[in-house]
Amino acid sequence: MSEPTERKYTKEHEWIDVEGDIATVGITAYAADKLGDVVFVDLPTVGSTVAEGRVVGEIESTKSVGELFAPVNGTVLEINDAVVATPELVNSDPFGDGWLIKVTFTELPALLTYAEYSALVGE
Amino acid sequence: MTDSPDSTPADSAERYSPLHAQHVEAGASFTDFAGWQMPVRYSSDLAEHHAVRTAAGLFDLSHMAEILILGPEAADALDYALAGKISAVAIGQAKYSLLLARDGGIVDDLVVYRTGEDRFLIVANASNRAVVAEQLLERCSPFDCQVFDESDDIALIAVQGPKAYEILSQVPGVQVDGLADLKYYWSTPGTYKPVPGEREQHELLVARTGYTGEDGFELYVAPDAAPVLWDAIMETGAGSGLVPAGLASRDTLRLEAGMPLYGHELGLTTFPVQAGLGRVVNLKKDGDFVGRAAVEAGAPEGSRVLAGLVSEGKRAGRAEYRVFDGDTEVGIVTSGALSPTLGYPIAMAYVDPASASEGASLFIDVRGTRVSASVVPLPFYKRET
Repeated sequence: MSEPTERKYTKEHEWIDVEGDIATVGITAYAADKLGDVVFVDLPTVGSTVAEGRVVGEIESTKSVGELFAPVNGTVLEINDAVVATPELVNSDPFGDGWLIKVTFTELPALLTYAEYSALVGE
Repeated sequence: MTDSPDSTPADSAERYSPLHAQHVEAGASFTDFAGWQMPVRYSSDLAEHHAVRTAAGLFDLSHMAEILILGPEAADALDYALAGKISAVAIGQAKYSLLLARDGGIVDDLVVYRTGEDRFLIVANASNRAVVAEQLLERCSPFDCQVFDESDDIALIAVQGPKAYEILSQVPGVQVDGLADLKYYWSTPGTYKPVPGEREQHELLVARTGYTGEDGFELYVAPDAAPVLWDAIMETGAGSGLVPAGLASRDTLRLEAGMPLYGHELGLTTFPVQAGLGRVVNLKKDGDFVGRAAVEAGAPEGSRVLAGLVSEGKRAGRAEYRVFDGDTEVGIVTSGALSPTLGYPIAMAYVDPASASEGASLFIDVRGTRVSASVVPLPFYKRET
């Protein structure tokens, strides 16, 4: 995957790494830190169709529940089974081993750059 | 994803603990709690939780309210103002009590420390400081005593966990007679001398109390002495596994220990008996007290009661989630989490009495999914003694 500075972002604190027609999606370190220790991750079924902006999963910490939104229209190609088995990967490596889903898409919506996202969270 | 557990205070009158610099230095994330910017966690909620269960954690509770009642009739005044028989509390003893409304609802839950014949320190929830101070002032006014809101002049540090005694007894400059023999829910005065040989000395009130289900101590101290004392305890305890612990871990610790939290399990529409706190209301004491008539009349027939719920898997019921018995809605969750110590989801909920018996098989609506839950007695976790 590319460096976080090269990736796209959403206002919902997700990052998108684009390679060809495949988008890998995870949550940002900022979001993981705000959630606290992630203890449960619920991800969509491989092969399911997802629509931009719709809830496709949940990320639950000891303290609260966050929703995972699909950042693009597409089809779920793969989910990260490692993160389902070991949810703390979201905290320990949010931009790497803590990725959540891969989605195949035909068109990318308007997304934030790293600089725009960083400005949004004030970091 | 969307979620912002760290709410932004509505007004700019944010308050900071005297230990704020210590928390920033330790890398804390902050949350607004009753207008105070308090540490929610330093590194990991789970690590802090486990540290308190297996070694020790250090909590800053300086946001809590401390109200002093002084005078020859202070004990009588508190017998009238609170639900318990405060006049029967021995000097040095502490008592968990309730400030009831006239209609029997709970204005706040609090701890009363008797620190002298005519002297009581009442520790109340930060969110209820104003109402508790105002109510105590009003209720005590017919008696020969005075009420002082000392909250701004008292900091509170809690060291909690099986190694709490080992650590506190070794902190340089902390002098507390009889610390080893101090019983649960008793307190004793002590002193803290930050620099050996110097005249500077601070008074402490050291209590064997807490809100975690573990052994531990709470230290009341002047705000200007709190930072050096915090640093000294951290330094002493580092080798024993002591970590600073935030409010997130405090919440999961108290939940496992089945301890109610005001605003969740307790509130103005809750009768003590519903919360399992009937024993806290002393109907045998002489004379009237605020809420007596309503408590004697009893909670309405069929009022929901506080129950413990446990589930399998990882999905926890959380505050406001609905509870079902078959297809009938029978209750509502007030607190819940995946228990860090037990490894399964636990919740406290108000449930119709017919569905609240031990072993009853219920469901929690977890965001549209029915999750099975069994009624169990509280607490969920009890330390080995």
